[in-house]
Amino acid sequence: MIKVKDVSKHFGKVKAVDTINFEVQEQENFILLGTSGCGKTTTLKMINRLIEPTSGSIFINGKNITDEQPEILRRSIGYVLQNNGLFPHYTVAENIAIVPQLLKWDKKKITNRTAELMEKLHLGSDYLHAYPNELSGGQQQRIGLARALVSDPPVLLMDEPFGSLDNVTRAAIHKEFKALDELKRKTIIMVTHDVQEAFELGDRICLMDQGKIIQSSTPADLLFKPANKFVKDFLKDQRLQLEFKAIRLLDIWDLLPNHHQEAHTSSLSTDSDLWTALEHFKFIDSETVNISKDKSEIKIVGFEQLMSAFNQYKNRQGHE
Amino acid sequence: MNEHQQTLLEFMQQQADKLAVQTMQHIGLTFISLFFAVLVGLPLGVIIARKRKLSGTVLGFAGVLQTIPSIALLGFMIPLLGIGPKPAIVALLLYALLPIIRNTYTGITGIDAAVKEAAMAMGMSKWQILIKVELPLAMPVILAGIRTATVINVGVATLASFIAAGGLGEFIFGGISLNNTNMILAGAIPAALLAIIFDFLLSLVQKLNFRKLRRSSYALPIVLLLLSSFYFIPTAYGSKLTAGFTPEFMGRQDGNLGLESKYGLKIHTIVISDAVMYKAAYQKELDVISGYSTDGRLKAYGLVVLDDDKGIFPPYYAAPIIREDALKKFPKLEQTLNLLSGKINDSVMTDLNYRTDYLHQSPERVAKDFLVNHKLFKPARKSNEENTVRIGSKIFGEQYILANMYSMLIKGYTDYGVSTKTGLGGTKICFDALTNDQIDFYPEYTGTGLLAILQASSKTINEVTKNKDSTYNYVQREFKKQYQVSWLKPIGFNNAYALMMREQQAKSLNIKTISNLKRYLNSK
Repeated sequence: MIKVKDVSKHFGKVKAVDTINFEVQEQENFILLGTSGCGKTTTLKMINRLIEPTSGSIFINGKNITDEQPEILRRSIGYVLQNNGLFPHYTVAENIAIVPQLLKWDKKKITNRTAELMEKLHLGSDYLHAYPNELSGGQQQRIGLARALVSDPPVLLMDEPFGSLDNVTRAAIHKEFKALDELKRKTIIMVTHDVQEAFELGDRICLMDQGKIIQSSTPADLLFKPANKFVKDFLKDQRLQLEFKAIRLLDIWDLLPNHHQEAHTSSLSTDSDLWTALEHFKFIDSETVNISKDKSEIKIVGFEQLMSAFNQYKNRQGHE
Repeated sequence: MNEHQQTLLEFMQQQADKLAVQTMQHIGLTFISLFFAVLVGLPLGVIIARKRKLSGTVLGFAGVLQTIPSIALLGFMIPLLGIGPKPAIVALLLYALLPIIRNTYTGITGIDAAVKEAAMAMGMSKWQILIKVELPLAMPVILAGIRTATVINVGVATLASFIAAGGLGEFIFGGISLNNTNMILAGAIPAALLAIIFDFLLSLVQKLNFRKLRRSSYALPIVLLLLSSFYFIPTAYGSKLTAGFTPEFMGRQDGNLGLESKYGLKIHTIVISDAVMYKAAYQKELDVISGYSTDGRLKAYGLVVLDDDKGIFPPYYAAPIIREDALKKFPKLEQTLNLLSGKINDSVMTDLNYRTDYLHQSPERVAKDFLVNHKLFKPARKSNEENTVRIGSKIFGEQYILANMYSMLIKGYTDYGVSTKTGLGGTKICFDALTNDQIDFYPEYTGTGLLAILQASSKTINEVTKNKDSTYNYVQREFKKQYQVSWLKPIGFNNAYALMMREQQAKSLNIKTISNLKRYLNSK
């Protein structure tokens, strides 16, 4: 879907981005991860041509992005900024309507679409005529998201979208983010420096340093098959938590004991990560958790069994 | 003294027509120039906000314009644009530029970078970003700049009267020249009120929220245009010839008032400063001007004096006037100052003035040359710093020359120190400085003493202006009685008011006297 080929960006003598290559699949959540100054934001901004590359080319759906006027290109790419970038002189409704107006939608369509998004993002319609400075940080960020989503662009670029939020608000928005059906259909490239966030939201993570890509792979591969010492060191903190988040239940399905039984209670899908399954024991006073694969097979496992499967999985990775 | 002291309110009522015209002209001038300043300044501000490299140059240039003294700027405009509203508007425009450019620049560059980035990322074009994001967000700051510019313009517009553009300056500067406080206040109070009112109204606009601001910024150009049109409401009536009179001349019995009452002269008149009047006559922008009979520019610009056949201009013999306590303090002073008496007649004075005004020789040099030629010059003695004579002079060439001569004489013939305070704005300022012990003496004219300072009744004027001696005797007596100020011996020349025309035009129209002029104007 999105292909970045031999792209470099130099600011004077500084090579902010140095000959990078990657591809993002349709409906994938692709995370650009790294410390400040590693070139991740520059890379992101080259995709909607806020920054023009020094060399190399970028394709969206096989089409070189320089073939199109930048204004037209940008209208088909949603963009969410860290400091939300809402227009302070526009109301919430007017802010959301910016792109539809550029696309010359009729009024009714804009109103309906705005109402739909407001509901999905759990924002009351009484906020529609408020100005951004009357909203909380979390609400502003949601409006920023709504503004990016309103015209239903296939691609969404997010530049540290949750960076300015406090931990509690961020956790809540993460949860909403994962649950929002609008986002499941989108190809998303997100920039973050927060490793936890990257592991929680990313299908694939691209770790960058000094303008170069160090490793681009699934979270699990990043943990268990690090390309070099830099990757290992980068993930050193909170490693256990990251591992829990990186391993999906599907990965350890075979290592779980077989307890065929009809399920009467709700069950977790194998798409969930181990962290979610373990959290289950913390919040729900229960000895076991139901895990279902393809809605047909169900395993009922306890905390010990999950941990044992996890250890076996890790050992197996180490021996490969 | 007048039997009845006129109050300010009476003056304003009596002059209500003029006041209304001047106020409208004032508002008009302020807003025409403001309108064009916005038209020029706003785009410039936007451009330098886009191309930051230019900002230093542009803001620096506008800043330099701001530091040019207003009178000088108006002076620069005359060779380029002549006299009247055009140069005044351009000068005002230049003054208003800096706050508008600077605030537009600051307003736009001060916008949150994230907002601009968001606007770009959503696919707005540069133009759309400017109109929908940058200008609306910068508007409160831009309005603050417009507000500053408005207040500056209301103030500077008073000077427009110097170059025949009208406005409340006509009363203010006329009043200063005529020693008429009511007239000064009749101009100054409305001008101050205008500044306060416009400042207040614009502060209200500035405080509006974004939604209302958007609507009012559309209304702003319309309001500006509307106020600008005020200037054109009091349209001037046409006439064959155009006269340019100084604000002082306009309000004097021995000036325009006398021309109207005694000669019945009705001529299309504009008010103008004497600094540019002669040149304007030379350049055929004006046909008749009110000048001084000894002015050097008479010679320089080929002008002739029209004969005052009905005798409305009283004699204006020059003589130093000095406080009596100063005479006691400096016993040798009277004798020294009288060295000059009877030495300078009209044609000598015209020639001296010609050398300063037209040949641009320094008054000091002209004064020294004259004294040397008449064997009056002596090199300066050692002076006693404790005993310093303070010489004053009004703000024109002739007075500078006289002040310099007196200074050299005092230095050469006495041990007194000398300090000169030249360039005291007008009769009122000079005379107030004298009576308040800020200066010890300055050269004054008998006619000015009679009319502007003593403000004699018309009956007295008729009696004492028959010949030069009776005028001199009257002012000498009255100044002693009322102000303890002494008139020393006259210097010799009579710098009276006079109407003058270009020599060529006067000849071709066969106009030699003021009565001739009137007859010509009345002939169809």
